[in-house]
Amino acid sequence: MITTLRYLAGAALAAALASAPAQGADLTGTLKKIKETGTITIGHRDASIPFSYLDDRQQAIGYALELCMRVVEAVKTELKMPGLKMVLNPVTSATRIPLMANGTIDLECGSTTNNLEREKQVSFTITHFVTATRLLAKKSSNIKSLADMKGKTIVSTAGTTNHKLVTQLNNERNLGMNVLAAKDHAEAFLMVESGRAVAFAMDDILLYGLAASSKNPQNYAITSEALSVEPYGIMLRRDDPAFQKLVDNAMTKTYKNGDINKIYDKWFLHPIPPKGVNLNLPMSEQFKKVIEHPTRSGDPKDYM
Amino acid sequence: MHYHWNWGIFFEMSPEGTGTYLETFVWGFGWTVATSLSAWIMALVLGCIVGVLRTTSSPWVVRIANGYVELFRNIPLIVQMFLWYFVLPELVPVGIGDWLKQLPDAAFYNAVIALGFFTSARVAEQVRAGIQSIPRGQRAAATALGLTGLQTYRYVLVPMALRIIVPPLTSEFMNVVKNSAVGLTIGLVELTGRARAMQEFSFQVFEAFTAATLAYVLITISIVLLMRWLERRVAIPGFIARAGAAH
Repeated sequence: MITTLRYLAGAALAAALASAPAQGADLTGTLKKIKETGTITIGHRDASIPFSYLDDRQQAIGYALELCMRVVEAVKTELKMPGLKMVLNPVTSATRIPLMANGTIDLECGSTTNNLEREKQVSFTITHFVTATRLLAKKSSNIKSLADMKGKTIVSTAGTTNHKLVTQLNNERNLGMNVLAAKDHAEAFLMVESGRAVAFAMDDILLYGLAASSKNPQNYAITSEALSVEPYGIMLRRDDPAFQKLVDNAMTKTYKNGDINKIYDKWFLHPIPPKGVNLNLPMSEQFKKVIEHPTRSGDPKDYM
Repeated sequence: MHYHWNWGIFFEMSPEGTGTYLETFVWGFGWTVATSLSAWIMALVLGCIVGVLRTTSSPWVVRIANGYVELFRNIPLIVQMFLWYFVLPELVPVGIGDWLKQLPDAAFYNAVIALGFFTSARVAEQVRAGIQSIPRGQRAAATALGLTGLQTYRYVLVPMALRIIVPPLTSEFMNVVKNSAVGLTIGLVELTGRARAMQEFSFQVFEAFTAATLAYVLITISIVLLMRWLERRVAIPGFIARAGAAH
């Protein structure tokens, strides 16, 4: 509603100034909004380590945020606004869509899976990480693949693509598993830790992070079998070709000039705040391919 | 708003492969109703017993019953859910704990128990208030007629008190339904859980929560109508004002 009003006001203003050669009159969508308000708002997560999270001083940091900063620099250059103000707005998985739809945030920098279904509602820029769904279980339960889970209890986080996948595979392969849904990643991990569930199905990168920061990291094993491949993308509004092109170009530039390797190393191969944990996760073959040929496809097949 | 409405989403297949999104909502609706009704029955039974105990003349019984009410009323519901679900199995012997953890539909039983105890404390408070609002002469008259303590409660005090507290009980009944959504924090896939899952899968967040809201309104309106009917049905002419008869 407010956006509509602002839009109308903007349109009226543009009409009134039509005689003057208004600079930026050809701007549309998000770029127009950024130009008019002088701010760009970035949505960030609070606990998506190492993509987007709060450190011990409550500052938003992370791999995805660092990539977003590059995009913000590109916007500054494009709009010739060196003084562009950047606002950080925390989002959760439940609020990111409404906040993007109503214009509160312009970019969502986190660990959001890009898939074809979601592309009907929002758009994504070039993939910044490729993850695979794997299982985390206690070493003592000796789980090597999903087939070992037949008839056992498995947990995943409610409403995630991983939960969807496990439910699907359970039906397709007739595994007879009891599929639990946990409120968040920490609780799902707690279910495995306390024995309520035998395994936790999730994006491998998150499993590595959870296991690394648990009480006894050596007690857990992550299966090598990848149940699915999923690209992560920075989210923006759909049907906004000018902004999309600018963001895509900024990402592609970071990939092509090799800066991505430095940024990747910093977050995945070195100790990161706040606890100084090193995820020690070398770049996957799938993501190397993305850097070679940048894509924003939401179809997992394109990453196999 | 820059949002792509798609109401047809409800007739699309849910990615879980168990039916359309609409069907998943019907399942969620079923779990919400089952959880709320079971918890409500438990709350009514326990609440009446504890409420009555709080009005007896034995100071120790009153103290214990008061402790019960304060315990379950003062701890946030979400904390109680976590205590039942995560802490209880660790406190009992390992064998029982493992059995509890592997129980099918454990989230449902845990949610009913947590919600039942939580609500029973509130019902007990209302039952106590209802009994204490009855003129003292009633109890005295019952004693004079030779009724025992148990008979006084059974035939005089409780039937009157329950009639008096029908309106606040209606609110409690509706609260049980709405509070059942807290069950999703321990993995109960009820209405709100379904709405959240749908918004994650499809990103159609407003459609999902509109559907959940309508479903909750449907349940609570049914409760209001049922309780109004009950209030009229059990009213004693000339003693307790009938619904709508107040001037």
